[in-house]
Amino acid sequence: MTAIHPLADTGVLTGRSLRHVLRSPDTILTTAVTPIALLLLFVYVLGGAIDVGGGVAYVDYLLPGILLITVASGVAYTAYRLFLDLQGGLFDRFRSMPIAGSSALWAHVLTSLVANLVSVAIVVGVAFAMGFRTGASVWAWLAIVGVLMLFTLALTWLAVIAGLSAKSVDGASAFSYPLIFLPFISSAFVPTDSMPAPVAWFAEHQPVTAIVDSMRALFAGSPVGADIWVALAWLVGILAVASVVAALLLRRRMR
Amino acid sequence: MTAAVQVRGLEKSFGDLDVLRGVDLEVAPGSIVALLGANGAGKTTLVRILSTLLAADAGSARVLGHDVATAPRDVRASISLTGQFTAIDDVLTGRENMVLVARLRHLPHPTAVADDLLARCSLADAADRPAAKYSGGMRRRLDIAMSLVGEPPVIFLDEPTTGLDPQARNEVWETVAALAADGTSVLLTTQHLEEAERLADRIAILHDGVVAHEGTLDELRRLLPPAEVEVVERQPSLEQVFLAVIGVMSAADAPSGASAPTGTELP
Repeated sequence: MTAIHPLADTGVLTGRSLRHVLRSPDTILTTAVTPIALLLLFVYVLGGAIDVGGGVAYVDYLLPGILLITVASGVAYTAYRLFLDLQGGLFDRFRSMPIAGSSALWAHVLTSLVANLVSVAIVVGVAFAMGFRTGASVWAWLAIVGVLMLFTLALTWLAVIAGLSAKSVDGASAFSYPLIFLPFISSAFVPTDSMPAPVAWFAEHQPVTAIVDSMRALFAGSPVGADIWVALAWLVGILAVASVVAALLLRRRMR
Repeated sequence: MTAAVQVRGLEKSFGDLDVLRGVDLEVAPGSIVALLGANGAGKTTLVRILSTLLAADAGSARVLGHDVATAPRDVRASISLTGQFTAIDDVLTGRENMVLVARLRHLPHPTAVADDLLARCSLADAADRPAAKYSGGMRRRLDIAMSLVGEPPVIFLDEPTTGLDPQARNEVWETVAALAADGTSVLLTTQHLEEAERLADRIAILHDGVVAHEGTLDELRRLLPPAEVEVVERQPSLEQVFLAVIGVMSAADAPSGASAPTGTELP
């Protein structure tokens, strides 16, 4: 049997894909621009009329949801890059070489993780400049980064599905629009109890609310409660299902 | 001696469309076999099965004795695929593309391998430019150079000269001929009869899902009635004219001292 080196191959291919990001840093900036605009709009224009209760500053309330929107718009680039690899034949070149089959996909996923963390860091920096303050401990920060990484992984595997099944470049990135919109129907912008009952029910039972509420508690340095387990269950579930579907789609290309 | 490629009774259909209906084919070690066929004859399907990218419905395909279905990794270690579309990374430079493949093949000195092949494919001067800026012919040469990294014993070339101008096509032909001279086995698909005639040791004609005829050029010629002698005034073909003109132009482009026309920059 010919030996394969999955880790080394994934490393080489991730290096290649990160180079794409470095050569077009606008992809990171573009990812950060819309969330920053939303942050400015909601904090300085609409936020004054929103009472989130408990004397919480609106920027503190809003930031977790904005970070999720950042990631949701950033993962579209993964679908885009993967689609171009498939269309241009590079993906077939890699698959016909003696390298681990999953390396070509994992490289895109890891690149997404790095690029989105950079975008998120930029948005957090802007939030600090706007008066965002947190009492989070180092452990709470690590938990926040962990949740965001898991969220990015789950959404990136959805992006891989979109990239593998797309018929056009536009189709490859269109999947992210509903993901970007989902935080609006959650506790990310306003407390759910201000919504009509059916909307509030949906908002409370979709993953964004649990994730946003846990991150908010972590930032505030208060106890997280059961939300974090609901959030983790959602994220691990989406990650597992999406990666299995992606693997099936990849196998179907063989037929 | 193990055949470089051995295909027996290979079948493949997509839905109701039977593309391959029992293909038999063999490529002897160190030879060039041209698979000739019209568009849609199934040439690419066959190459994709041999490259482990597609599973066959029935029959067997072996590369250097390794079965594509049961030992795909060994097959991948023995082959290189130059597909129908140039599979290069436009964002990376020529050298980075080469180094990428060399590192994926775990060669000890990736940069040295890259530079050597870039020079052999006349891409040394363009090595540090992004591949997106390359001309069609340069892109194809880079594509083929990437397939040569690690000196795989068997190379599949799927319509390597489609879309190239005559000059670029001739360069690709020279590269392919040099490969076989080094002992590499080549399976080449083409719809250009001239390409098969120029390069191939043996020619297989794929038609209606089977190899309709297979043999050397002379053997295939004997399928037709013997040639009759006719007197024909031989005009140069447009291609010969084109190549001659290009040759003249590039000779005139060379710096020629005081006679250089105004506006020409001298080194």
